[in-house]
Amino acid sequence: MPRIVGLLDKRIVVVTGKGGVGKTTVSLALGLAAARAGKRVIVCEVSSQENAARIFDRPPIGFNEVELRKNLWAISIDPDHSMREYLELQLPVKAMSDLLYKSRVFNYLAAATPGLREMVTIGKIWELALETRKKKRATPYDVVIVDAPATGHGVGFLQTPRTFAEIARVGPMSKQAARIDATLTDPNETGVAIVALPEEMPVNESAKLERDLIDDVGICVDAVYMNAVFPERFSKQEIKQIEAARGGADGSAEVALSAAVDQSRRAAAHREQLDRLRELVQTPVSELPYAFSPKLGPAQIQELSEAFDG
Amino acid sequence: MAESVWEMLDGKRICICAGSGGVGKTTTSAAIAAGMAARGKKVAVLTIDPAKRLADSLGLAELGNTESQVDPALFEAAGVDCGDGELWAMMLDAKATFDETVRKHAADDESRERILNNRIYQQISNALAGSQEYMAMEKLYEIYEEGRYDLLVLDTPPSRNALDFLEAPRRLLQFIEGRSMQLFIKPTGFGMKVLGRGTGVMFSVLKRITGLDLIEDLSEFFSAFSGMVGGFKERAEKVNELLAQDESTFLVVCGPADEPIAEAVFFHDKLEESGLPFGGVIVNKVHTEGRVQESEAQVAKELRACLDDQLAAKVAENLDDYRALAERDARNIVELSAKMSGVNVIQVPYLAEDVHDLEGLMEINGHLFADADEAVAVAG
Repeated sequence: MPRIVGLLDKRIVVVTGKGGVGKTTVSLALGLAAARAGKRVIVCEVSSQENAARIFDRPPIGFNEVELRKNLWAISIDPDHSMREYLELQLPVKAMSDLLYKSRVFNYLAAATPGLREMVTIGKIWELALETRKKKRATPYDVVIVDAPATGHGVGFLQTPRTFAEIARVGPMSKQAARIDATLTDPNETGVAIVALPEEMPVNESAKLERDLIDDVGICVDAVYMNAVFPERFSKQEIKQIEAARGGADGSAEVALSAAVDQSRRAAAHREQLDRLRELVQTPVSELPYAFSPKLGPAQIQELSEAFDG
Repeated sequence: MAESVWEMLDGKRICICAGSGGVGKTTTSAAIAAGMAARGKKVAVLTIDPAKRLADSLGLAELGNTESQVDPALFEAAGVDCGDGELWAMMLDAKATFDETVRKHAADDESRERILNNRIYQQISNALAGSQEYMAMEKLYEIYEEGRYDLLVLDTPPSRNALDFLEAPRRLLQFIEGRSMQLFIKPTGFGMKVLGRGTGVMFSVLKRITGLDLIEDLSEFFSAFSGMVGGFKERAEKVNELLAQDESTFLVVCGPADEPIAEAVFFHDKLEESGLPFGGVIVNKVHTEGRVQESEAQVAKELRACLDDQLAAKVAENLDDYRALAERDARNIVELSAKMSGVNVIQVPYLAEDVHDLEGLMEINGHLFADADEAVAVAG
């Protein structure tokens, strides 16, 4: 049974992993499980890909807090809107923040400052997680789940606040970045879940990601989810019978029998990768079942979320 | 009509494998490079993140920022006669390449040291979005210019979406150039006049938000870099020309599910728009098993003839799952072909095991180079 105890008791849950492992699916399923348990949850997408909107078959969500299901909210956080909101919160006079936001020079500076775009994005996540929101008339959330960007550049995203605090050194942004870094690295405030796939490279990369998160960022990892694991449908004895029957079969029966053999081979390969992952990481590994459905929709998220109910 | 990779790369000297993460781009790049080497070409594959076990099995455990050759004996052991073909590989190190570029092109020793020691430079050479992509291009151009290979295969950096790769170098250049910034960070000079009175206010607001040090570091960075901007721009333009020429081709690698397919179509359109040569699509991990015409009931009946009822039902149920995926993939590939009329689409089935040696790459090549081999066999 996947481990969830504790994870959803944190204020911020970062779901991370390499591209294509199912971070969005796992984030939404975790969100749904938490919402079912009575928590007010928001899932933050930061890639502007509107995956959550597509899965729930609705128009793009954008920089808005939108309720997908009871207590399950979603937002798509992009740097431009985050920057604008940040300026509005920082500068008491709206005319001034407007002036700044619209100025060409400011936009150059924003583009030129390493990590500033990522920084304001993380700043928005942090704002969502505050017990007293900075945004006017905004309701706080119990849990903020972050569907993190693919770990192409290592742990870059989570390191942003610290890097930024170091670059800027002084000033309000630096101070705030340091505060956000403190939240992200506090195991009582922030939980991290790594999503992996039962294939060689994703397993290696997940192990490396765990090490980097722990050693470089100083964040502890709460859960590792091996996603899309093939169930063991056939026993060894059954596979023997299937293999034997295959000899004499033809047509669709042969196709069906070889699909069964293929399934059992893959299930075995997945077990092997699961064992490897368990050996390579220090965090307990839970498995999530492969969804044999051709289309990913609310029903599949619902099904997956039940794996988190414990 | 699906051509083989051999035909797609006929007369090409640069092959860029593009696609979003998690679609097997690195393995495909390695397979293409190995396949072309096996057919007598001298090939180098440039990768960002080599699969460790694959690299190990190719004897490339110490892969660095220069090319190493895969031992020809490994090809022989796999039963492949390369003729004059050679396979070389290198791992792109963005930071090392950036440093090299600075060393090579800095105006003098002093500005070189100023750049290398600048904190903003240290951040961007490492972490700024776009630096990996830019440096991949830089390295590609450098090796191309040296002219030692028949073909270069570039495995593009992992990114959220395939487009990042095309746009990142431009963003990085824009940053390095920072023309308006230079005006701005000397608020008493020419910039002040151009930008008007509002600038003074803005500068003080910015200082309040970001802190003064940041602006000073940026100012230092731009002044140290200013002598190199021209060189960077010039090379970026040359790289753009290189990518747009007939000897280059982009292959889009994707998976068979709805989203990757949609993204491949999007990327294809974007390449055409940018005037870049598009060579074809390679769809990886296609579910090919379980394609049957008969109804569920018919299959179940046939299975009951050779298995006990309970097991027959289980096998039939498993087939349903397989069939659903196979049908979706087939449907998506038809749609893909329709949306990119006249484009080559090569399918690689979802292999039961991971590829981690030359034999595995050759197995993939059985699909990537399928038609070419038949043609050779017929000709022979």
